[in-house]
This record gives sequence, C-alpha cells and structure tokens, in this order.
Amino acid sequence: MNEMDNKQRLELPHQQMAELPVDRRLAGASEVNVGYSEEQARAEAQRCLQCKRPPCVAGCPVDIDIPAFIKLISEGRYADAALKIKETNSFPAICGRVCPQEQQCQAKCVVGRTGRPPVGIGHLERFVGDYLVANPQPVSSSPEPTGYKVAIVGSGPAGLTTAGELAKLGHEVTIFEALHEPGGVMTYGIPEFRLPKDIIRYEIKALLELGVQIVHDTIIGRTLTIDELFGEMGFAAVFLGLGAGNPRFLGIEGENLRGVYSANEFLTRINLMRAYRDDYDTPIRRGNNVTVVGGGNVTLDSSRWALRLGAETVTIVYRRSREEMPARVEEVRHTEEEGVQFRFLSQPMRLLGDDGDVAAMECLQMELGEPDESGRARPIPIEGSEFTLPTDLVIIAIGARVSPLVPIAVPGIELDEGGHVIVNPDTLETSIPGVFGGGDLIPGEETIVRAMGDGRRAAQSIHKYLIDRE
Amino acid sequence: MFEVTSNRQLAEGVFGLSIKAPQIARHHHAGQFCIIRAAQHCERVPLSIADKDVHAGTITVVVQAVGHSTQEIAGVQAGEFLLDVVGPLGNPTNVGKPARGAFVGGGVGVAAGYLMLQALKGAGAEVVAIIGFRTRDLIIYEDKFRRVSDELIVTTDDGSYGYHGLVTEPLEQQLQEGAQPDLVITVGPVVMMAAVAEVTRPYAIKTIASLNPIMVDGTGMCGACRVTVGGQTKFTCVDGPEFDAHQVDFRELSERLKMYKTNESRADEAGAHHCQVEPAYWRLDERNG
Repeated sequence: MNEMDNKQRLELPHQQMAELPVDRRLAGASEVNVGYSEEQARAEAQRCLQCKRPPCVAGCPVDIDIPAFIKLISEGRYADAALKIKETNSFPAICGRVCPQEQQCQAKCVVGRTGRPPVGIGHLERFVGDYLVANPQPVSSSPEPTGYKVAIVGSGPAGLTTAGELAKLGHEVTIFEALHEPGGVMTYGIPEFRLPKDIIRYEIKALLELGVQIVHDTIIGRTLTIDELFGEMGFAAVFLGLGAGNPRFLGIEGENLRGVYSANEFLTRINLMRAYRDDYDTPIRRGNNVTVVGGGNVTLDSSRWALRLGAETVTIVYRRSREEMPARVEEVRHTEEEGVQFRFLSQPMRLLGDDGDVAAMECLQMELGEPDESGRARPIPIEGSEFTLPTDLVIIAIGARVSPLVPIAVPGIELDEGGHVIVNPDTLETSIPGVFGGGDLIPGEETIVRAMGDGRRAAQSIHKYLIDRE
Repeated sequence: MFEVTSNRQLAEGVFGLSIKAPQIARHHHAGQFCIIRAAQHCERVPLSIADKDVHAGTITVVVQAVGHSTQEIAGVQAGEFLLDVVGPLGNPTNVGKPARGAFVGGGVGVAAGYLMLQALKGAGAEVVAIIGFRTRDLIIYEDKFRRVSDELIVTTDDGSYGYHGLVTEPLEQQLQEGAQPDLVITVGPVVMMAAVAEVTRPYAIKTIASLNPIMVDGTGMCGACRVTVGGQTKFTCVDGPEFDAHQVDFRELSERLKMYKTNESRADEAGAHHCQVEPAYWRLDERNG
C-alpha cells in the first residue's frame, strides 16, 4: 500500500457508521449502530496521522495505544488490533459502544483539531472488538495456579475486569452476584439497542473459560458474610464492585404517585426482567405522554425505551442546557432522531396526581449562572416562570448513590461524606486490609471505562498484595 | 437452582414450600425475607421466610397463587427446582426485651409471624397472637401459632371460626383490659396494619409493621419499594422491611400497591381478599386522624 502523507490523510472522508432507520429502531430493540464494514474500518484507519506523541492516548482513561491498534487495522490485522487494545482494556466491543469518546480520546484527536471530524476511534474499537467476538482467538496457555482464591463482589464492569485479570495471573476467582444475571449496569441498565446482551454473554463466557466462577443470587453481608469469605471459605482477598445502586429522587411533592419510576426501576424491568417481551410476566407502565428527568445517558436510554414501548410523546426535562448534558453526543442525536423532545432549562417542582396516578409535572424555567462545583453553569430559577406539562409516566434519571449494600457487605468500612468507599488512590485498597474496591463505589467519573480501568489496577494491586504476603 | 423439598397446600390457593437453601437458612433472622423467581419468564417475588431448618438447610415460604409468577412458584413440586432464591433480605426484627409482645397478622401475612413470635419468646416475652382470616377455609399456621404463643386468638371476617370480626377488635379488648404488650408486631394487608397502628397509637405502644410493597431487585437499586416513614422516603428492601407503624404512610403504600392493577398482577396479594373489610379498617385509620 502506498504510504500517504498527512496532508493526503487529512483529505480522506470520515466514515459514517450505518444506522438503523428510525421506524425499524422503534419497532423493536435492535441495535441502532450497525457497525463499520471492513472497507469502512480500513478507510477510517487511514485517517489516523499516527502522531508520535498521540494526545488521544492521554484522553483515554485506560491508556489504550490508540495509534498502534489503528495502524494494525489499516494493515488488515484485526485480531492483532483487538489484542493490542486488550493489553489495557479487556472489553473493546463494550467500550467501543459506550465510552463518551467525544469527551475522551476523540476530543484530543489532532485531525479533529483541524476542524474535521476526529478519527472514529470508538467506531474502530468497536469494529475490532466485534471482530474478536466473531473470530475468537485461541486462549493463550493457562497460567500456573498461584493457589490463592479471590472473591469479587458484583459482576459489573469493574468486577468482571478484575476477575479476568486475576484469572490470567493464575488466581482462583469467584464472582458473587446479587441478581440472577451477571453484568451489573451493562445488563440491567444499558439497553439492548445500545449494547446488545450477546456481547455481554460472549465476554462472560470468555471469563468462564478462563476459570472464573460466577455465583448468582448471593448478597455478601446477607447470604454470606465477609468473615466467612476470609475464614472457612479461604479467600485471600476481596474486590468490591457493587457500583452505584441507589437511585436519587428529586425530593418533590408527588414523587411517590403511581406512574413515577426511578430510571433504575424502569430500565431494570425492561432490560433485566424483559418487560418489553410478551413471553415475560414483568409488568410495566407504558405511558402515552412520558416525561424523563435528567441529562445523562440513563435519561436518554429511558426516554428511548419509553418510545419503543409505544409512547405518543416523550419529553426530557433537564435543568441545564444542551451544552451541559453529560450524555454521549451520538446518543443525543439518536434520541432526537427518534422523536424525543427536550425541555432544557426546566426544573420539576411538583408532580400532580389524579386519583393516585401521576397526571402532570409542574416546572420552573431556569437560566444559567456562574459555574458550580461540577464546573458546569449553575441553573438559577426564574421567578414566576412556572409551567405545567401533562404526563402519565415520569421517569427520574438524575443519577445514583453508592449501593446501600456496601456497608452491609463490609461492616465498618470507611466511607467519605458522599458515601463513597475510601481507598488508597494507588492500590485501591479500602480501610479493611485485603479488601479492594473500584468502579462507581469509589469517587470519580461514573463511566464503564473508568470502572474497567479500576478493575485492571485493582487486579494488579491484589496480585502484588498476595505475592508480597509470601 | 434451588430444590423444593416439600410443597403442601395450606388453604385454598395458599401453598407452603420448603426449599433447599442452606446459606439462607443459616444466616436468616426473624423478620427477613427472600426473593424467588420460579422460571426465566417470571417476576422476582418477595416472600417472607415463614420457617427454617438450619440442620436440614431448608427455608419455608408461604405463597398465595394469585398472579402468573406466584402460580409458577406454587406449582413447583417436591423434587423440582426454583430458578432463583436470594436472601435473607432486609433487616432482622429488633425484638428488644419486651415483657409482653403481641403479633397481629392477617391472611398469608400470618406466616411471617411464626419466627417473629419464636424470637419474642426467645427474648423472654409472654406472647399473644391474634391472627385473622376471611373465612375458616383460609386459616393457616394455627397449630404452629398455638405452639409458640401463650394466648392465641383466631378471627374470621364471616364468623365461620373463632372470633367473628376484625383482628383489631380483640387487640383493642386486650389493651383496654390492661394486659398491655410493650411491643406489637403486625404483618398483613395494608389496611389491617394501618388499623392496628391506630388501635395502639393512643396507648403509645411501640408497634412495628412489616411491609410488603412491590419490589424488583431487593438490593436498594431500583426504589420500587419506597415508602414514606415519618415524612422520609425509605426503601423497604434495605431500610426495612419493618418500620414504626405509627410513622408509616399506609395510604400511600396502599395506593402504590395498585400500580399494576390494570395489568394482571400481584399487587397487594395479601390484601386482595380483604376488600370487603377495607372500609371498616380505614374508618379505624381515620378515627385518630
């Protein structure tokens, strides 16, 4: 292949990923993004300038060698490209789909800084991740068993990553999951149309092949205690990956009316309990005029499911403006394409009921002031600007606190004022010796990739902790 | 997979299942519950743990077959399996050291009381149990309650057995006659628990209600089971299931249980058979305003 110079590369068109047309999206749960073809992937890979000091890598929470994997794609070495990613990120098919790349790697891309679309790093990561799912590579020789048993609490992104990394180092790993299916937020939270469950199943299967055991229906602190794990069960270390599992509510009048869901409940009923399928018993309210409160990915996921369940109108109510939305830009676009309306700068003040069922949401118009502690412009209410939205289903999607099971699992564990587990920032060890933690239960950005990065770091610390004991 | 070791019909549409779940049996304390999913397509159903045998590694639940998912559980025979059983969930009953304790239960909610009474007895209390049913054919656990209580009063709404009337009536008599308990625990239909709370309120007797709202995960993750207690929102699965009955907003709980009443549903299973006595109970609730 002729080597192109940078000027030529900059002239190459960005490859748009094919997407399902809106009518087909709304008819089911199929994934919206169809994925790159091989030709598209190679063409997009050509757009990478192969920077000597790549700023994109600095934008990646898990330091993927982005130019290296893209170069391998341009050479047609897709499996090698995936394995290159897997050196620092175990689940490229997942991260390629759910990372907010436009705020991370792609935000720093030099091509993007020229005013052109940045290299589609996320799309390329997804392409090679999917390639590996379709073309599994033989597992490298099994490691020498160390004889150490490690318990992982929670099978979300942090727990699964930790488990996989420790298994590769020869430790005997058991994951304890409270629910009946593994995957944590990737199973109960993220919809099929954004992250197909087959991807999760494939990654779980790969972990089982590494020798990881998954025990469902087990709540540490209730079904088994941490003392039993360390005592008679013979675990030498424990990793806590229970996540943020405690939905925030607005604390306004009418929030306990029928027809008011937390996003966690609405999504769990649909994603985990399959309420969208006729062959499942799970009941769900399908509103006609649905209102979803919040501005993140979970808000969008809820609004899009509401549409797919047959709502006539779905309105997102967000107290800041579009620019402050923490959601992925691509999801915002998909959500708008599908017909969800946005009421920006609007703060719900009260929910009004009709015989116990929610009937309307009273809001206040906001304006943006000085940045607050999150760095985003603070919304300030405009006096006398009340307005009312008729609605028969309200979904509150304004985030979650650390799982209330954490202090039950590990009595006496030190938490900070926000309820997060305090860890040593270098080792991720908690205040209890031999107990480590990562993901949404420690402070930091609440993303899948960050949780996976924590899992990887925790695995290294746990390995060192175990080996140093000898 | 969890093996059902026995399944006995206790009353019309009411079944008692013993389930092999040694870890749950070992860690369970009175007041805690479990969640059962019979098969892949079923709901997760929260159920009180009615009895346990730590040595045999079994727990017993009492299920009223009123919706799809409860029918599926009730239909699993000895030697067959339930797909998921998770627990023990919630906080144990804090019985304290009462000299005299009372349990007031109704319908299948009665089943939850057996181990609570045992715990009260274990704490040295003299115990009275008042258990109410719609009619004679629906009576469950009478023998078990007789064994563990110093005094047992069975009521039926239609007078077909025992005391003819609501459970609150013998409770009121007890309180008036001076044999006052230091602690009252109530489990059953929401209206009954609300009425019990109103009977004990003027006497300032500590009263605990064990709530059974709609629930999904049981780990504090979804908030379906939120209730208002003393003006605060609490999650029954992790903050409860037992709360100060004088602080619980039973009206709201009752309304929230009707969330899926248009669907074929399990809403307020325990209360389903009490609809005709509901007005009487709510009048009691209003009495103390």
